[in-house]
Amino acid sequence: MTVAAPSIPRNVRSSHPSRSRAPHPAFYLVLIVLFAFALGPIVIFVFDSLKSQSQLAADPLGLPLHPQWHNFSDAWSQAAMGAGFVNSAVIVVGTMVGVCVIAGSGAYAMSRLDLPGSGGVMAYLLVSSSLPIQLFLVPLFFLWTRLGLYDTLFGLIIIYWAIFSPFATLLLRSFMISIPHDYDDAARIDGAGEWAVLFRIVLPIAWPGFLTVALVSALSAYNEFLLAVTFIQTNGKMPISTTFFAFQQGFTQNYALISAAGVIMLAPMVILFLLLQRRFVDGITAAGLGG
Amino acid sequence: MAFPGGASATVEPPATAPARSDRRQGSKKGGSRRGLIAWLFMLPLIVVNLLVIAGPGVLSVYYSFTDWSGIGGSHFIGIANYRKMFTDSAFGDAFLHNVWWTLFFLIVPMGMGLFGAYLLSRLRRFVTLFRVIYFVPYIVASVVSASIWQSLLSPEHGIGKFLGVNFLGNSSTALPSVAVVNTWSWWGFLVIVFLAAMQGVNPSLYEASGLDGANSWQQFWHVTLPSIRPTLMFLGLMTIIWSFLVFDYIYILTQGGPAGATEVLSTLQYRDAFENQQAGYAAAIGVVLALISGVVVASYQILRRRRDWDI
Repeated sequence: MTVAAPSIPRNVRSSHPSRSRAPHPAFYLVLIVLFAFALGPIVIFVFDSLKSQSQLAADPLGLPLHPQWHNFSDAWSQAAMGAGFVNSAVIVVGTMVGVCVIAGSGAYAMSRLDLPGSGGVMAYLLVSSSLPIQLFLVPLFFLWTRLGLYDTLFGLIIIYWAIFSPFATLLLRSFMISIPHDYDDAARIDGAGEWAVLFRIVLPIAWPGFLTVALVSALSAYNEFLLAVTFIQTNGKMPISTTFFAFQQGFTQNYALISAAGVIMLAPMVILFLLLQRRFVDGITAAGLGG
Repeated sequence: MAFPGGASATVEPPATAPARSDRRQGSKKGGSRRGLIAWLFMLPLIVVNLLVIAGPGVLSVYYSFTDWSGIGGSHFIGIANYRKMFTDSAFGDAFLHNVWWTLFFLIVPMGMGLFGAYLLSRLRRFVTLFRVIYFVPYIVASVVSASIWQSLLSPEHGIGKFLGVNFLGNSSTALPSVAVVNTWSWWGFLVIVFLAAMQGVNPSLYEASGLDGANSWQQFWHVTLPSIRPTLMFLGLMTIIWSFLVFDYIYILTQGGPAGATEVLSTLQYRDAFENQQAGYAAAIGVVLALISGVVVASYQILRRRRDWDI
């Protein structure tokens, strides 16, 4: 498939000399301790979500012997999670589609249309993708207030478009650049226009890149906190992350219900991750390394 | 420098992406009309970028020289905001907490990530299983992982009860506790990246060192670490940047408290901008944070050009 950088041959690992002899048992012990460190807190959290308040206080780390399934429905209604999920769905889909369109057309211009001054644009994208949110947060807040975009889902989506696009553009560009120019030259000779070249040749070949971009922006938009808590004020407009935060802050110290709400928020992304883990891991590491 | 992720597509980190040239002289027949079309395709990206990032970024620099409160007008006051930082003990404390945080993240999560990746690189089976499980905390939203640990550390029913320590409520334990929570969600990412780098190390180096009688530790120190130095350097410098921008976990878990014990520059900025009506000063803090990451990025670029550093 389209590869931007040389990938490491799969057989490299099997020829590692240490693979020929069995590792020391302590080796596995440490791996399992780290395993428990990663997963243990989540498992305890899930257990907590099934306990009653009194059981949680009496036996915080134990098994939920009498699972309180109603905790989930209680948390769902008391934290108004339904509205939170609807808002998050709007934000995630809006962000995903917008980033794919904005970054896709930008990458297309940079890789296939001989954009004049593309070196400068490239440098600009690199710089702007490494600027911290803290630099533009304060004026952006007051600008959004003035433009009527503050406390609107659309306003938050635009911000996500802007901050996720530079990386997505650079990633998609590296996908599109590796498509041989002979393909579209041949198509043009056969009479294909710009749109036909874009939709019939470039997009089908670059789609794994789009899938990665869509997954990374969906996860980032779903989990994002700083901008969501700054730019959405009204309870009914909050995405699930700040709905959960408000519930946790405002509610009593009922950890069982808070845990139940947390498990509900966690579930969709963990399931999606386990289904598509390889693409997730690749996308997130690339995005993380891109800043 | 490449970070092979493992699947079909491998992406160069954008920091090194411009190396490849995509200009093709042959296909330039359309001339300026094609250039115009290309710019039209760029337009959405440029418009949102100017509106959200570049425009407000420039405004931040301007407001950092004013006494703007956030509402109404502002007066130009020169470098007074920047001068204030030197006498403002809240700023000084927050800055020191960021420095402490940076050192912690350069040592603990980096060490754990290296260690975990090294163990996985020598594993024959279950590599994928461990890789996935180590990575799970990274995809948990910060609000949820904060909640997981708030409950675990709670002095009423968590580990805190057994140990008799109010981890998040005590000013001497609060910052390390938040750092541990953030480490939990972060180190799996480092494992994945270090593992990818280690899998790219030339196996003949291990063979040669093995023949010379090197033990596992010597191989790790003299073969693995030098071979992944580009990744090590890159993540080290990124850790410095990310440590100075940390916000989520501190804001969610302690809001900077107790008594400022966990205040960092970004939570201080947040408070000044949205609670204390000191938007000008907050803008100046934002400019300082951008300068810090700019200096780190610039030094990374300079180091990359020096052959002997090999990054």
